Amino acid sequence: MSTQTLEAANDSQINSVEMEETVARIRSHKGVEAVIIMDRRGAVIQSTLSEDQSTAHASALSELTGKASNVVGMLNQNEEDGDDELTFLRLRSKQREVMISPEKGFILVVIQNLSLVES
Amino acid sequence: MVLRPSKSVPTTKGNRNPVVKEDLAKPRRSHPSSATKSRKPSNAPKVPRKKKPKERPSDDQPAFQGPVKRIIKPENQLELSDKELDEDVSRILTGDDPNVPKNVCKYSYKDKCYKPDPPGQGDNMATHFSILGTTLHIDSEECKKYQDNEATSDETTAVNDTKVTLECQTSTSRDSGSAAVGASLHIKNQFNYSERATQTFNNPLRSRGVHTTPPPITQFSEQANQWIIYDSYKSECLISMMELKHDGGSRSTSFEDKLASIVAGKDDEAATERSDMMHSESMANALKIMGRLVNQNAEDDIFTDFKYYEDPADSAKPGHGTLLPLWRFSNSRTSRKQVTSLCWNPRYDDLFAVGYGSYDFTRQSTGVVCCYSLKNTSYPEYAIRTESGVMCLDFHADHPSLLVAGCYDGNVSVYDISTGSNKPIYSSSIRSGKHSDPVWQVRWCAGRSSNKEMNLYSISSDGKVAIWTMSKNDLKMEPVMLLKHNNLSKDDFGEPPLTGLAAGCSFDFNASLESLFVVGTEEGNIHECSKAYSGQYIKTYDGHHMAVNKVQWNPFHADIFLSCSADWTVKIWDHKSPQCLLHFDLGNAVGDVCWSPYSSTVFAAVTTDGKVHIFDLSQNKREPLCSQKVVTKARLTNVSFNSNDYILIAGDDRGQVHSLKLSPNLRQLHSANENSEDEALQKKRLMKVLSTINKNYAT
Repeated sequence: MSTQTLEAANDSQINSVEMEETVARIRSHKGVEAVIIMDRRGAVIQSTLSEDQSTAHASALSELTGKASNVVGMLNQNEEDGDDELTFLRLRSKQREVMISPEKGFILVVIQNLSLVES
Repeated sequence: MVLRPSKSVPTTKGNRNPVVKEDLAKPRRSHPSSATKSRKPSNAPKVPRKKKPKERPSDDQPAFQGPVKRIIKPENQLELSDKELDEDVSRILTGDDPNVPKNVCKYSYKDKCYKPDPPGQGDNMATHFSILGTTLHIDSEECKKYQDNEATSDETTAVNDTKVTLECQTSTSRDSGSAAVGASLHIKNQFNYSERATQTFNNPLRSRGVHTTPPPITQFSEQANQWIIYDSYKSECLISMMELKHDGGSRSTSFEDKLASIVAGKDDEAATERSDMMHSESMANALKIMGRLVNQNAEDDIFTDFKYYEDPADSAKPGHGTLLPLWRFSNSRTSRKQVTSLCWNPRYDDLFAVGYGSYDFTRQSTGVVCCYSLKNTSYPEYAIRTESGVMCLDFHADHPSLLVAGCYDGNVSVYDISTGSNKPIYSSSIRSGKHSDPVWQVRWCAGRSSNKEMNLYSISSDGKVAIWTMSKNDLKMEPVMLLKHNNLSKDDFGEPPLTGLAAGCSFDFNASLESLFVVGTEEGNIHECSKAYSGQYIKTYDGHHMAVNKVQWNPFHADIFLSCSADWTVKIWDHKSPQCLLHFDLGNAVGDVCWSPYSSTVFAAVTTDGKVHIFDLSQNKREPLCSQKVVTKARLTNVSFNSNDYILIAGDDRGQVHSLKLSPNLRQLHSANENSEDEALQKKRLMKVLSTINKNYAT
């Protein structure tokens, strides 16, 4: 059992390193202001922002995501094979783009400042 | 009690004897009579009288006599007559102590000189008797106060204590009256007062002890770290949940309990989910998509160009085209390596693999294969590291995740890029056979062999063309063709080659005739071979003067193929004719050529001066439509067209891959239906073009 757990730990270790690298890569892109990972209820799991900011963002965005998936569910009711699901949410403002990727159990959010990209 | 001699006493002039002095000094001890005697000078005549009784005891003894004073005159005492004796000499007795010195000088710090210090008030006082006690003198002021206080106090207590104080009364004076008696009742004095104390037995000490058997000792040691704690909590939780379930049938649990158990279970699940979720596949997927999105936002202008930009200059200048540089794919891992091969994925037309290695014999190191996607231009989707430099790559047409790589050390490895691991699923070994020189080209066999194993071909500069069979356990190598020097007889004056085989550089298989393939060699010859005859060439073209870097059949016309060489030329051949149909001199060594996938008459070539040349034979049979410098300092080594979009990628020897968009003039399709010009038409068009050169191609 111990070897199994060790292996499992090892596996996730490698995975987590890769994950960290990917997050770092995303952050290194032009204009990326924040990368937030939270659960479906809006509790921050990982964030590149300060604690206050990320909790504020997380609560607002999780609510928005919940509503969006409700909308998708409503649309779904009219159809017969009802297994449609919200997969992505892009929110474009004059300055920013908020990209929300709702997955099972968590929400990944990236906020990119496009005015920085333009310049 | 202090005696203060203050009276002046008349003394006789000559009475200076020590006896008198003694009397004065100690008046109490002296007999009163002697004092009176000494005071009066008339006592002097009695001296002889006194001498008589002293003589008397010696005469008639023992007579009862008191103490006798004998007066001994000093010898130098003046003899005074009676008259002189009777003369009164007055003396004053003062209270001053003659023993106290009167001539004491003390240093005065105030006046800074010595000053006589006369005896002060207390200096002359001599204390003869003092006693401390509780008795009060009856005449004293204090006593009166005391008595007054007592008189006012209760009389009855005084009566009760009368007996006790009767004895005390004797010490006080009789004439003090009844009030004085009452007052003295409560005076404690030191004579009849005593404290009393009683000693009793101390409690004797006793000690009692009982021996019991010692409690059993066991030693227990355990290491605790986070996962052990986690495991134990987990197991405990499981046990408790099991118990809950077990009890659920027999015992009716309250609603709250059930709720609590459900919540506990859910929380537990949520916790494990969360820890797994952070490293789950969906997380990786979400991150991948997010990375692509962010990249597309960041490089929005390039993506817009890629999709929509058409060079307006093309309409003004027919017969000329331009290339629009789009992304540049590079990576810190590959910056010091050369791009040796490019290969688009046959199924996912945004995905391409880049092989990195080195053409330089002296600068060989490890190799890398990077798979980039146009959806994320900043970072490779997959990266595979190899021990030796990668020289060539090929994706399998039916299994788009299977990638074969030929290496500089002669090994051939098959990777499954979808696993993302560095380890090949098949790799050649010395036991199963490998090339002894760099592998210059690999190519999957279309379809499968009779026993449903996948095959691939490779060519190496060791003079072999080999077929590899992917069996269950390993990759088996079988030589298909040995590239013999067939022109030794012709020019035997030249130096004979070291090996008996010609070094192969490139090959390509004919699409329509399965067994037919052409091979380009390092010497510059191009041989037409067949899989069926491994010993000899079907035909040898007198191709180039230097190494043939690439041969490629036309994708629409099965007889036509293209070759390029380091001798600066690109040639177009018909496999039926030993002479080339067309040749183009590009002024620099040509690294690679590639037919376009959308037009039978368009091909691209890259040269070492960093230029990309695009030819369209239907528009211009002699000149390229476009010769554009893509890189300034690097040499271009490879080129490849995308099958779907009008872009091509070119690799250089600095590890960079440049993507270029073809302007409208470079991709003219001579058909009403632009998107699907069918093969027959394409073939017809190429033949039409070529017929103008060679009469054999008359339609």
